[in-house]
Amino acid sequence: MDLYPLWNSLRIAAISCFFVFFLGIFAAYYIMRIPRVLKGVLDVILTLPMVLPPTVCGYFLLLLFGNRRPLGIFLAQFSLKFVMTWYGGVLAAAVVAFPLMYRTARGAFESFDETLAYSGQTLGLGNAFIFWRIRMPACRQGIMAGTVLAFARALGEYGATSMLVGYTPGRTATISTTVYNLWRTNNEADAFWWVMVNMAISTLVLVVVNMMEQRNKKAGLA
Amino acid sequence: MSLSVDIHKNLGSFSLDMVFESGGGILGLLGASGSGKSMTLMSIAGIAKPDRGRIVLDGVTLFDSEHRINLPPQRRKVGYLFQNYALFPNMTVRQNILSGLRRERDKMKREQAFNDIIAMAQLNGLERHKPSQLSGGQQQRVALARILVGKPALLMLDEPFSALDSLLSRHLQSQMQLLLKEFGKSVIIVTHEHSEAYRLCDELALADDGKVIAIKGAKALFSDPESRQAALFTGCENVIDAARAGAFKIDVPQWGVRLFAAMPAREELCAVGVRAHCFHPDIAHNRFPVCFTGDIEEPFEHILQFRYKNQPPGSPDLWWRVPKSNRSIKLPAELGVDPASVMPLYR
Repeated sequence: MDLYPLWNSLRIAAISCFFVFFLGIFAAYYIMRIPRVLKGVLDVILTLPMVLPPTVCGYFLLLLFGNRRPLGIFLAQFSLKFVMTWYGGVLAAAVVAFPLMYRTARGAFESFDETLAYSGQTLGLGNAFIFWRIRMPACRQGIMAGTVLAFARALGEYGATSMLVGYTPGRTATISTTVYNLWRTNNEADAFWWVMVNMAISTLVLVVVNMMEQRNKKAGLA
Repeated sequence: MSLSVDIHKNLGSFSLDMVFESGGGILGLLGASGSGKSMTLMSIAGIAKPDRGRIVLDGVTLFDSEHRINLPPQRRKVGYLFQNYALFPNMTVRQNILSGLRRERDKMKREQAFNDIIAMAQLNGLERHKPSQLSGGQQQRVALARILVGKPALLMLDEPFSALDSLLSRHLQSQMQLLLKEFGKSVIIVTHEHSEAYRLCDELALADDGKVIAIKGAKALFSDPESRQAALFTGCENVIDAARAGAFKIDVPQWGVRLFAAMPAREELCAVGVRAHCFHPDIAHNRFPVCFTGDIEEPFEHILQFRYKNQPPGSPDLWWRVPKSNRSIKLPAELGVDPASVMPLYR
């Protein structure tokens, strides 16, 4: 059994989740501070990938990064090719998972008691300190939930990934594209094996999340 | 030690136009909720930005719209005790207090300042506790210690006792008085409770609808509020339209009486105020026949409602506060008021 799809899926999910974590948090943080009209427009754009079919996201990604598109040609000069590469999978997964992180983080930030930040400022604390040591810990629950959701979504990404990077065994194959291709080629036994792998990972993620929540409750921090 | 505030801000439904000065000591900002007290504090702290105006603290310009000066809150040296204390929930008492000391680089000095403030605020033994494990009074002391340890030039307290029950609040107020004396710099206390303001403050500024309508010594404001609003804010129960009838004479048509005042009544007089505890059957001045119409029983006093014999129908009843121990069984037929307790009002 070739375990490449497992390794590739985990790698894509982890790396895209890393980027989405920071991008989502900063987008959520700064979007609360801009004028209302611009905020509404940006909010719609940033949330769209969540409600669009992933294939449509993949279509837009191809429009942008396709080998004969301006941006694709430009990036090719730096040997950066997103079409049919494993890191193209990172891009696809990140785009689709981003809104989950962004929206959950924003919800957490919006319920943050702003007087904590104010009092930090009047105490002479720098804005970076206030953000990382006061705001983030207070919003920890929401941020964690958003990260897990984004990771799970990135792990299960199929539509945009198959549009942008397709299915090349040993190169771009992920668990979800592998399941589809094995099924399509009547290799039902192997498809079932990969379905079980996917189930195991997802269950593990959920169990870990629940355990973290329990621990927080016990510590009286929930 | 001086603070000069002159700020204007349009807040849609109402506009803030706060102009006042303080020469140090404890200034009380007294007013109903929504009168712009908290917004004023936030402007002084640099959290909210006024549309225009000037704020100068001890000769340092914190904000000046004309010269485009707007110091960030971190550089204003203004301590701000929030209504909910705003303790950082993820940090221990020690970490919370040390967060007010992060500019002190010398570790020895930081430890020393920390130990001093812990002793002063009586927080020994609580250093490792999280804010959620503390009582309301302890939380307030931690918040105050966290501010004072950074040696601010001005301390602002926003409704410091509103989150506590009344007995605890009284205890803490006397503790607070000692702490503030030791602090020795300018203090602003925002409150809507007139007795709290009287107890804690040297000087009082009355805020109403975004403006300061009166500012003077606490004792002077209570004995001579000068305006109708000020009389009501300082808890005067009997305030009514009146007209000047002579140098020391005031006509009160709705009570059907003419009162003598110890203070001369100026031409513009438009109302008069008499506090409910100032009536007494044994006072010979301003003594008129009365009849009683009601009784509100409080734990330690009665609030008796009465009308003067000549009072026209439709006019409001008067209130008389009598301590329970002093209340004679028989209601008196006449009540008098010392002329010094008759307060002429002008707006």
